[in-house]
Amino acid sequence: MNEIGEYIISLSNVDKYFGTNHVIQNFHLNVRQGEFLTLLGPSGCGKTTILRMIAGFEDSSGGTIRVQGERVEDKEAFERDVNTVFQSYALFPHMTVFDNIAYGLSVKKVPKSEIKERVKEMLELVQLMGFEGRKPAMMSGGQKQRVAIARALINRPKVLLLDEPLGALDLKLRKQMQIELKRLQKKLNITFIYVTHDQEEAMTMSDRIAVMNGGVLEQLDTPDQIYKHPKTKFVADFIGESNLFDGIAKPAESISAHMENGTIQKEFTVLTASGIFPLVQNVTEESCSVTKEPLDSGSGLPLTVCVRPEVMKYSKCPVEGFSLSGVIKNVIFVGSQYRSLIVMDNGYEVRVNRIKPDQTVSEGERVFLFWDLEDASCIFQRKEG
Amino acid sequence: MNPSESQGEKNTLAKTRNLKRNTLPALTMAGPVTFWMLVFVLLPLLYVVFISFMRRDAFGGIDYHVTLSNYVEILQPVYLKVIWKSIKLALLTTVICILIGYPLAYYIARKPSKLAAKLLMLVMIPFWTNTLVRLYSINLMGQPNGFLNQFLLRAGLISKPLDILYSDGIVVVGLLISMLPFAILPLYASIEKLDKSYLEASSDLGARPAITFLRVTIPLTLPGIVAAVMLVFIPSLGMYYVPEALGGGKVMLIGSLIRNQFLVTKNWPFGASLSILLLLITLIMLWLYTRIAKLDDMEVF
Ligand SMILES: Nc1ncnc2c1ncn2[C@@H]1O[C@H](COP(=O)(O)OP(=O)(O)OP(=O)(O)O)[C@@H](O)[C@H]1O
Ligand SMILES: [Mg+2]
Repeated sequence: MNEIGEYIISLSNVDKYFGTNHVIQNFHLNVRQGEFLTLLGPSGCGKTTILRMIAGFEDSSGGTIRVQGERVEDKEAFERDVNTVFQSYALFPHMTVFDNIAYGLSVKKVPKSEIKERVKEMLELVQLMGFEGRKPAMMSGGQKQRVAIARALINRPKVLLLDEPLGALDLKLRKQMQIELKRLQKKLNITFIYVTHDQEEAMTMSDRIAVMNGGVLEQLDTPDQIYKHPKTKFVADFIGESNLFDGIAKPAESISAHMENGTIQKEFTVLTASGIFPLVQNVTEESCSVTKEPLDSGSGLPLTVCVRPEVMKYSKCPVEGFSLSGVIKNVIFVGSQYRSLIVMDNGYEVRVNRIKPDQTVSEGERVFLFWDLEDASCIFQRKEG
Repeated sequence: MNPSESQGEKNTLAKTRNLKRNTLPALTMAGPVTFWMLVFVLLPLLYVVFISFMRRDAFGGIDYHVTLSNYVEILQPVYLKVIWKSIKLALLTTVICILIGYPLAYYIARKPSKLAAKLLMLVMIPFWTNTLVRLYSINLMGQPNGFLNQFLLRAGLISKPLDILYSDGIVVVGLLISMLPFAILPLYASIEKLDKSYLEASSDLGARPAITFLRVTIPLTLPGIVAAVMLVFIPSLGMYYVPEALGGGKVMLIGSLIRNQFLVTKNWPFGASLSILLLLITLIMLWLYTRIAKLDDMEVF
């Protein structure tokens, strides 16, 4: 088991109320040293609130927050070893770039000569040499952004908190700054906790992503795992495109369970409103405990199966085990992909993305859906209690 | 001719054309205001300047002979003393107004806006009641047999009535009571506008609250402070009814002095020269104000 002290930031059972509004609910989050962790979620889900509680601008209503294993709930923001890059930059308008960057050192009474040296170092790091005499009002968004980063980094914090730092930049500058931020993070080996509601940004930059919804942590995983194996319907829906089938899984008639590295692979048949299809699932301790129900209970197990549009396939004749058919409604070329919309017999619309056009079928034609069994991921309905 | 020169020429041409196109509507709009300013501000002012260089005749009228004697008279120690005292008391009033007004304005500005509006109202209400009524009620309270002395006597805190009235102190109190709202309002406006994220950024970078206050809050609310200083200092300097109501004849300030020249001793030329002096002090203050405002060409304001 991991010791709490091993994590640089650790939140457990954190709650936050604004009045009666329960905005963060029983939140757990452990962040490793040197990690790039992103909080991702829709607007109002509580990302900023989490950052503000870590920084010390907001008190938590319950639970513990640890920085390097040490509880910080009673520490003021100025006593905490974390620094923040604000979304609006919050550069002091009455100070020059030099004074802004030097601020963190000058309030600590660091000698002038050292301040000068370290500011210079920072200016080089963010490539703003020659701007030290300017006021923030005379700089572009991207330049202000760099000043904000330099100002936060000069204290050599253990953790840098960034609240949508690229939100105000245009697409091209954003991409460029994404690369630069990642470079900085690697070079300095500082832990970044990064807030964004841009999925693509989260996917490309993060070591791990914490997907939040309504103040609840939905899933904490690597970008790859989040995409391929969403644990909740919300995550499946929020991250990328997905086709979701709600249904009931019953053990397949020809029970063929086989062991592989300690996990048992079991075959099921899933019955949904749109049709029937097979499912292979690793039966582990974990999946049993999530459902609180033995996987092979006779009545079948309610679940949702997620199949991404780019792994969804169709053919003109039925595929063994699958009984999912629909009519192609339309095919749209969007530059990199051909997107088809297939309407199932019960009205459910399934999306299929292909790199190449399919000349053999045309709109209005009936097709049969299938996929490689390992491409489907399965979401168990969470049981209360 | 090089290209940049012809460019400059084009620019000036465009400017003249713009000027022509824009003057007429601008004039019609500014016309009434200009007229008002001319008739009710500039002309009386010029008249005051004019008579400040005239002589007083034996009957309190104006003798039309040019002289500098009115200005020379100001240099007499007795008048310089009055001027110096006026500046001193006005400065004291201003400093106390800021020291009381700033924390109060800060407190109000940090409240939710609905409550803040109510609190501001409380600041303003006394300001809407007649100032003279307020001043004379203070006068009554401060009398030897007034409420305050009687209370202290009965409580056994003093053995004979205090000389509360007719002192510099009570005049400053009167000035404070009259001027405090003028300090609070601009202070409130600038503190309320102060973005909280600057304070958070400062704290985030390791500054204790006192340092944040000195290095971020004060500089960013400086325009409000300067405005408050102007709005308190200038009227305090010329105020004549406060020393009148509370200082009796004993505390003579420049405002009362001017008033006396016009209404009592009927020396209009001397009163006019004192008025011009007051105006000059005000102009110097305004000039300083624009200097400070220019010094802080900040985006937030
Ligand atoms: N100071 C506050 N007082 C009351 N409610 C607040 C306050 N700050 C945030 N909230 C509420 O808490 C919830 C979470 O807000 P938060 O700012 O953390 O969302 P967010 O995930 O950062 O959203 P966004 O992506 O739009 O920035 C929201 O419902 C918001 O209305
Ligand atoms: Mg936010």
